[in-house]
Amino acid sequence: MATRLVEVQQLKKWFPVKGGVFAKTVASVKAVDEVSFFIDQGETLSLVGESGSGKTTAGRTMLKLLRPTSGKIVYKGKDITNLTPNQMRPLRRNMQIMFQDPYGSLNPRMPVGDIIQEPLDVHGIGTRKERKQAVATMMETVGLRAEYEKRYPHEFSGGQRQRIGVARALIINPELLVLDEPISALDVSIQSQIINLLQELQQRLSLTYLFIAHDLAVVRHMSDRVAVMYLGKIVETADNDELFDHPLHPYTQALLSAVPVPDPDVKRERIILQGDVPSPVNPPSGCHFRTRCPYAMPICKDQEPLVIEVAPGHTVACHLLTQK
Amino acid sequence: MTEKAVEARKKGQRKSSDDYTYVGMVFHRLTRHKLAMFGAFMLIVILLFVFAGPLVWRADPNEQIEGLEGMFNVPSPAHPLGTDDYGRDVLARMFFGGRISLFIGFISAISSTIVGAVVGLVAGYYGGWADDLLMRFTDAMLSIPTFPLLIALASVMGKGIGQIILVIVIFGWMIDARLVRGLVLSLKEQEYIEAAHAIGASANRIMWRHLFPNTLAVLIVSTTIGIGGAIIYEASISFLGFGVQAPFASWGNMLQNAQQFIWNSPRLIIYPGLAIFMTVLGFNFFGDGLRDAIDPKLKL
Amino acid sequence: MDNREILVDIKNLRTFFYTEDGVVPAVDGIDLTIHRGEVVGLVGESGCGKSVTALSIIRLIPNPPGKIIGGEIFFHGEDLLKKNAEEMRMIRGDKISMIFQEPMTSLNPVYTIGDQISEAVTLHQKIDAVEAKKRTIEMLHLVGIPEPERRFSQYPHEMSGGMRQRVMIAMALSSNPDLLISDEATTALDVTIQAQILDLMRGLQKKLGMAILIITHNLAVVAEMAETISIAYAGKIVESASAREIFKSPHHPYTYGLLQSIPKFTEKKTNEPLPAIEGMVPSPYHMPKGCRFNPRCPFATEKCREEEPEILEFSPGHLVRCFHPIES
Repeated sequence: MATRLVEVQQLKKWFPVKGGVFAKTVASVKAVDEVSFFIDQGETLSLVGESGSGKTTAGRTMLKLLRPTSGKIVYKGKDITNLTPNQMRPLRRNMQIMFQDPYGSLNPRMPVGDIIQEPLDVHGIGTRKERKQAVATMMETVGLRAEYEKRYPHEFSGGQRQRIGVARALIINPELLVLDEPISALDVSIQSQIINLLQELQQRLSLTYLFIAHDLAVVRHMSDRVAVMYLGKIVETADNDELFDHPLHPYTQALLSAVPVPDPDVKRERIILQGDVPSPVNPPSGCHFRTRCPYAMPICKDQEPLVIEVAPGHTVACHLLTQK
Repeated sequence: MTEKAVEARKKGQRKSSDDYTYVGMVFHRLTRHKLAMFGAFMLIVILLFVFAGPLVWRADPNEQIEGLEGMFNVPSPAHPLGTDDYGRDVLARMFFGGRISLFIGFISAISSTIVGAVVGLVAGYYGGWADDLLMRFTDAMLSIPTFPLLIALASVMGKGIGQIILVIVIFGWMIDARLVRGLVLSLKEQEYIEAAHAIGASANRIMWRHLFPNTLAVLIVSTTIGIGGAIIYEASISFLGFGVQAPFASWGNMLQNAQQFIWNSPRLIIYPGLAIFMTVLGFNFFGDGLRDAIDPKLKL
Repeated sequence: MDNREILVDIKNLRTFFYTEDGVVPAVDGIDLTIHRGEVVGLVGESGCGKSVTALSIIRLIPNPPGKIIGGEIFFHGEDLLKKNAEEMRMIRGDKISMIFQEPMTSLNPVYTIGDQISEAVTLHQKIDAVEAKKRTIEMLHLVGIPEPERRFSQYPHEMSGGMRQRVMIAMALSSNPDLLISDEATTALDVTIQAQILDLMRGLQKKLGMAILIITHNLAVVAEMAETISIAYAGKIVESASAREIFKSPHHPYTYGLLQSIPKFTEKKTNEPLPAIEGMVPSPYHMPKGCRFNPRCPFATEKCREEEPEILEFSPGHLVRCFHPIES
């Protein structure tokens, strides 16, 4: 029986758009618009979507790096939604994040040893000597030479910087790690190295991952379960094989058909979506996807589709399926 | 660059960060910065002049020679820089005046930078009403006309070096506050700040360990420019009668005082003027070098 | 054997950058051939020299610190490297056009897109403003932008990334060039938008018949689009063949390693680690002795560490630069 590590219920994160002379809130960017998902201990849940889907915001809000507009976040049975930053601090030992940008995510004026050691310093773990030792061990674990600890971030390559980012995130032994597009900015041959490292670490340290990505091939390789987001909503969630073999939501189908494969003989049945992604300030009424959906029906304009479980572990939000 | 030059360059490979402590690294880089070393040289000369000078040339800066023949003497063995309008030895006045000017300049520049930096950091980091409050206060202070307030303060506090420093700080911190706040606002958006939040770092830690070091470059430049500004500011205050009081000398009041004698004895302007010029330049060059030395990305 | 006329023939191109820290041999002996109407892919990771090659063709290498120090680039039989600035200006944007990765920075934010395309049109064709506007709207229509008359007066920031890329393509194709160079043009786009743009490019290629040089690091994109593919590594071409040959029987260890290491979208998840290529792309200031790939190559021998291999024909039309090419 798997233990539920974290559960997010009806989570909303809206960003106010200010306008007018008095800077009143005239509209909201509905980045995350009532999403619900859970992650069991030890598994990898991937959150996929294109720009404007809200996947990055969802990850950060789950970690309380952004204040939720509404909804509930439950970590190991405890409701953490309304905890203050001070109350969150001890919990931060358990949940960490690794960033996409190898260049912006490390303080350019700090030597990398200090960067990796900082979580230990913040939480007062170990003596000075023990901390230095932990840093050295961690650096070796992620594939960096420990004697580079006095060097500055700019002296390392992109792939190495991502390794530093992982080391920083894992040095305090968190249970949950949010990976925000950790390999998108890296060269292809380095991506595989980092993917392998992340999987090895997950095994070794019994980690749970929330993997945010747009590269579906990598998602297929790494995930246990996948949730597909479009314009702030989760449109489909399923186990890995189930999603890729039997995608039910029209957006998921279009997304999967759009992925190019490195094989010139494969002729893809492309579902080319018309038009652009609408603005998250003013998403279409009813089903957000209806403006680009090849199967849109009148009901799609009036009513938002509810999330229903079509098969064990496979949920979809689409009127096509509720019509049955 | 030719192939040969490339090879030669490779031979003299720079050492990497592995080999030094932080302070050691900064020092090492500073000593390779030509402009900084030139500035440092100028400052060392000035400091030696001002502090060691009286050991070599003993004269009382306040001793007046009576009578017309004591005034405006040209340089002579008795008075290597001549005498001023009161018949006092200019060289001696340069020594002691320099000490006062440097002291005022340095202390007030550093103090106003510190006050400004704290205000800017807090306002920039917290944002919201704290930012609004602090910035409106800063704006208010900036809009106050200096001299009337100066006169008012002086009448309450009296005249003296401490008061001068206080006044310079009161009117000087706002520039740094704005500078730092602006920088912090953009730095705040960097991902490594978000990473610090994610780790659970406290506000203080983020402000002082992450944001502040990234504002140092700007602050150093501001301080070094501020020293020059403070010395010159002190001169204007002296002119109004609020600065260093006669008969004591400061380069500032010497300069101001000498303005009326520009036709009689232009050298009375040149000596303090040159001294101030060299000091300001020296601090600026050195400050530039220091700023470059602490920037880990710049190759020195 | 390709019966089409040779459009571009790059022979032994060498473009170096002279920086304070040393010399960067960005392109160090690249050969590339593009036939009329052919879609050629140039694939590689950072530092391989692919973008510098493209910029060398249209002579936009910043000098200093860059310099084309050797080789020839034949276009319609004439060496572009011998042409002067004025002659190159006539060719650039007219016979050879280029589109880039980031359309937002390639478009001027203070001019409408209609004005920008019209400018490109009038620069190379002797027509007046009214004609130019007509042609521009035709182009916008051709690249699939809905309501082209309205879009004519829009500014770049009012359009989405996919739209802007279409505008770039419209600008590039307005003069009906012989060669379109696409430098990572779809890398910054979402996957569904990328599919749209690739579809568009394929359609336009069939319709207008221009040759396309696709520069990318994405093997999947190039599998879809290119007929011939050249793989670049550290400033040299290491393998060159038809698309099918590259993917079905790669002979260079780098190509082989790359294909093995990328996660397969069509395969179920196993828990096996990916067969990744060890090590990193070499620093351009410290190129390894011998074959540039040898520090990372699982098959490297002493010879590989001492001598640099030449590029040789392994089988008809399939070139490999390796002392021990992989048999298939």
